[in-house]
Amino acid sequence: MTSTLDDVFGEAAVAEVPRGGSDLEALDVSAWFGSAKVLDRVSLRMEPATVTALIGPSGCGKSTFLRILNRMHETNPVAALAGEVLLDGDDIYSPTLRITSVRQRIGMVFQKPNPFPTLSIEDNVTAGLKLTGRRVSRSEKADLVEECLRRGGLWNEVKDRLGDLGGALSGGQQQRLCIARSLAVRPDVLLMDEPCSALDPTSTRRIEETIHELRDQVTIVIVTHNMQQAARVSQRCAFFLAEQGTPGVIVEAGDTAQVFGSPVDPRTSDYVNGRFG
Amino acid sequence: MTTLLPEAPPDGDPPLVQDRPRVVSPGFTTGDQVFRRGTTVIGVLVLVITGAIGLFLGYQSIPTLQRYGLGFFTENQWRPENDVIGISSTLLGTLQVALLALAMAFPLALGTALFITEYAPGRLRSGLVSLIDLMAAIPSIVWGLWGFFLIQPHAKNIARWLTEYAGWVPFFHVDTDPTAALWAQTRFTSSVFIASFPVAMMILPMACAVMRGVFAQAPAGEREAALALGGTQWGAIRTVVIPFGQGGIIGGTMLALGRALGETIAVVLIISPDFDLKVRPLEVGTETVSALIAGRFGEATSAQLSALLTAGFVLFLITLVVNTVAAIFVGRSRSGSATDL
Repeated sequence: MTSTLDDVFGEAAVAEVPRGGSDLEALDVSAWFGSAKVLDRVSLRMEPATVTALIGPSGCGKSTFLRILNRMHETNPVAALAGEVLLDGDDIYSPTLRITSVRQRIGMVFQKPNPFPTLSIEDNVTAGLKLTGRRVSRSEKADLVEECLRRGGLWNEVKDRLGDLGGALSGGQQQRLCIARSLAVRPDVLLMDEPCSALDPTSTRRIEETIHELRDQVTIVIVTHNMQQAARVSQRCAFFLAEQGTPGVIVEAGDTAQVFGSPVDPRTSDYVNGRFG
Repeated sequence: MTTLLPEAPPDGDPPLVQDRPRVVSPGFTTGDQVFRRGTTVIGVLVLVITGAIGLFLGYQSIPTLQRYGLGFFTENQWRPENDVIGISSTLLGTLQVALLALAMAFPLALGTALFITEYAPGRLRSGLVSLIDLMAAIPSIVWGLWGFFLIQPHAKNIARWLTEYAGWVPFFHVDTDPTAALWAQTRFTSSVFIASFPVAMMILPMACAVMRGVFAQAPAGEREAALALGGTQWGAIRTVVIPFGQGGIIGGTMLALGRALGETIAVVLIISPDFDLKVRPLEVGTETVSALIAGRFGEATSAQLSALLTAGFVLFLITLVVNTVAAIFVGRSRSGSATDL
């Protein structure tokens, strides 16, 4: 299956993509919105072939942290940050890396499904290629579309109507289309910002299955409010907390089983056992 | 405990009592009703005033149209003293000034609107917005003087240059020798081209404001999607913002066109009246409907006044159509209405 993608992108893009995605590491990351500090020196390693879940109550900085990981944070004009984010050892904020190539390597799926509503399903999948100035021939395109939709768990539902508009799909299908669209530019890391919070339980289950299947191919970082979901899909887990008037920090991070089963910090224990948040 | 639904009547048997919608009073308070009636009256008043203008112009033009018939639209000369009256050259001049002004204002308005919504940092953005609004507040007589004293001395050189190198295209032709050592400067002044400058400046704020409003509503989610896929900022603009704003771009431009068609004082100041039926915007002399009315109505007899008002009526109808089409386009810009790759 990968061979199709390699053909599409040529040699340059295939170079140094380790199996199971890339290693992503945040070092002492702080973040501000204007003068308000929302994250305080957060460090976290997100390993290849692993799903890392970021959990914690609202407003603790999980989404901000996630958006720092692919340089979407800075699209807000009042946002600032400190620290480093290493993608296979290279700082994504260093001037030697182009912001567009960083975002190609670190894809993102948003909370609210955001397909391009007036493009066909097919064109939605290949939108990233056109946006990054890569041409694909018609036959390659067909292969790529099928492959990405399969990986996104949407192929069987849409294979007979690839020309339909992206906006005509249901919410859950739209979200899986967004996942397929992100996969088409061949990211090494996939960030997901509460991808199921706007979806019904059935769609949520389909997306969780998709995450499970993708784990071997890309590094996945998922922000979720739903602790059952974090327990179901992730191998590693980081608990964020912003106590009254202080910026968010990671209280505890480790194997999901350990964080949920025998948390070290009493605050983690309170949160995962539903005593607050 | 479970409540069971009453058993359905057997098939074919209608229920004994049919239900029907009950009357629900809207429940407006007195204050609400006063306000409601007040706004209704004001809204209707605006319609009545506009309609009355149309009716007045239409009524006044009856004698002229009866007398000259279709000839009023085909004749190009305006010599009431010889009983020769027509608006073909005047309409052509009006269109030329408006379209040329639009051609100058459109790229400026589009670029400014994109810069303001997409690139300008916060403080510069609000500064620019008020500056452009200020442009709309400058009286048109000032724009006319600006065009006459500041633009014309330089624009006539541009016109000569264009004629020298592109004069073989009829559009750029001027009936004189542009390469002569002592070139006939007055052949290049008071033209459609120069009158278009102040008109362009006057319509720019309106076009820019409409475009800016539509661009600012471009769906944030799709914009983020384009960026997160590795697209450049220009890529996101091209894919999401411009397709979404298409209606606003077209509508804003047409609203501006409506305004340009009727612009008077600045044009009167610059052009020298000429009723030749020609499309040579760089050459001296043209006439527009509003400039004709402004220039002639002071010394007009009642028959001539009727003729001027008929010209005004034609302009009124054209502008009405242009603005209505513009409003339809602006109204079409809706969330997710378009993406383009």
